[in-house]
Amino acid sequence: MRGKQNAVGWLFLTPAILLICAFSLYPMISALITSFRTGTGTSMSFAGLSNYIRCFQDDVFIQSLKNCVFYLIIQVPIMLVLALVLASALNNPKLKGRGFFRTAIFLPCATSLVAYAIIFRSLFATDGFVNLIAVKLGILDSAYNFLSHPTSARIVIIVALIWRWTGYNMVFYLAGLQNIEYSVYEAAKIDGASALQTFFKITVPLLKPTILMTAIMSTNGTLQLFDESMNLTHGGPGNASITMSHYIYNMSFKGVPNFGYTSAMSFIILIMVAILAFVQMKVGDERE
Amino acid sequence: MNSKVKMVFTYILLGVATVISVFPLLWMVIAATNKSVDVIAGKLTIGSFIVENYKNLVAQQPLWSSFLNSCKYTVLVTVFALIVSALAGYAFEIYRDKAKERIYGVVLMSMMIPFVALMVPLFRMYSKLGLLNSAIGFMLPSLATPLLIMMFRTNAKAFPVDIIEAARIDGLSEFGIFFKMYIPSMKSIFAAAGVVTFMNAWNNYLWAKVIMSDNTTQTMPMLISNLISGYVTDYGMLMLAVLITTIPTAIVFFALQKNFVEGITGSVK
Repeated sequence: MRGKQNAVGWLFLTPAILLICAFSLYPMISALITSFRTGTGTSMSFAGLSNYIRCFQDDVFIQSLKNCVFYLIIQVPIMLVLALVLASALNNPKLKGRGFFRTAIFLPCATSLVAYAIIFRSLFATDGFVNLIAVKLGILDSAYNFLSHPTSARIVIIVALIWRWTGYNMVFYLAGLQNIEYSVYEAAKIDGASALQTFFKITVPLLKPTILMTAIMSTNGTLQLFDESMNLTHGGPGNASITMSHYIYNMSFKGVPNFGYTSAMSFIILIMVAILAFVQMKVGDERE
Repeated sequence: MNSKVKMVFTYILLGVATVISVFPLLWMVIAATNKSVDVIAGKLTIGSFIVENYKNLVAQQPLWSSFLNSCKYTVLVTVFALIVSALAGYAFEIYRDKAKERIYGVVLMSMMIPFVALMVPLFRMYSKLGLLNSAIGFMLPSLATPLLIMMFRTNAKAFPVDIIEAARIDGLSEFGIFFKMYIPSMKSIFAAAGVVTFMNAWNNYLWAKVIMSDNTTQTMPMLISNLISGYVTDYGMLMLAVLITTIPTAIVFFALQKNFVEGITGSVK
């Protein structure tokens, strides 16, 4: 009886295990091996660490790495703070129209990544709506080409990312806040705590596990950005706003590919994702 | 700060956030109905150029075949990913033992692997096996998702062991228990997981771009991406295409918002 159940258990697991082996584990190991080899097509030879060394001598790769770090340290904190503020505002039971506000702020998640990247590309184009309004209001003298200047192109990507993902993160905080009794807030108010004190002394500490988790997810997502770089700025001007995934894609599928080199770059992302997640989890544990 | 002022401040904050969140989408819908020059001129009322935009769009891109491709891939991925992941999540919990726990650890770890690290080896594997440009090739890597497996396992914990034991005594097979008892009692988790999978499958762009080079197999995200490659952008036509790409996910969003929220927050508890 036990034996039969055990066999059924393995049978249930078989499709998932086979698929994960074939489409995650095998390619990952294959990428690791390829990253130590060089050449094109079938004529590849062992190259030691040379691909990894090349990564750090490649200006475009370093630029793409810097861009991802820039997006990460600017966009993720702004987005998470905004999401927290909006979630605590929505958590007030006296508020009317909570469902409406929640749906509206969460709505950007209904758009696909390519779709919103294109909407933002159009809004921030030289002949786009943002320029039109800015000129009309006298903020700008003449239309500014946001996408052809390095800093403004990066900022447009950040603005777009904040737009798309703030509501998503807010939903996590709202779910977390539901586990906190509202009477805690009432008590704090009676004790004379200010809104800021309540936010930092009650909301933030109690939501800490959720905040940590959203930070890990956002970090992971930012290091792997592709759709926005590809469709919003085309990585440009030059390669000023390109992300790592976008650069790896270009190097792998445009022109003559050196899969050894692109595998090494992709492994650097894998290592970064793993290290950052590990660090964030450790930091989370210590503060318990 | 007195509480009335605070309330007013809260409404202003949420109002501004609402306008910013909704405006780009509203602008997209309006632009889809207008001529490109009117869009550039900043016209913010519904126009009457939508039929024209549609004609231009179908003249340039295989709109409906791309739309049907996206629908087909998305529905099939969602159905099969749910079956594969539900079976695995259920088995990890109900038939757990040491060996399976170890494998579960590997499954969780594989969640960390960025897709970009898999893209090149998968592409090379596909060109050897002749899977490039194939629907099945597009779908296979999305069928076993660690996040879904984790979600189903967490939820299988709530499935009472007594019921399983009783069903076994009554002579129901292990398959019977899974299909006739587990699945019907876990409808809400299937809905939540289904919505998240649907959204991800519909949005899958990088992988489609890697393996689909033929425009008869292309998907909607690829189609709209192709439209911006020229120098002059026809905003009316472009936004109509973006609108058509957004409609299915928007319908799912509005109809199943509660399940969607459960899906994204439930998977990480």
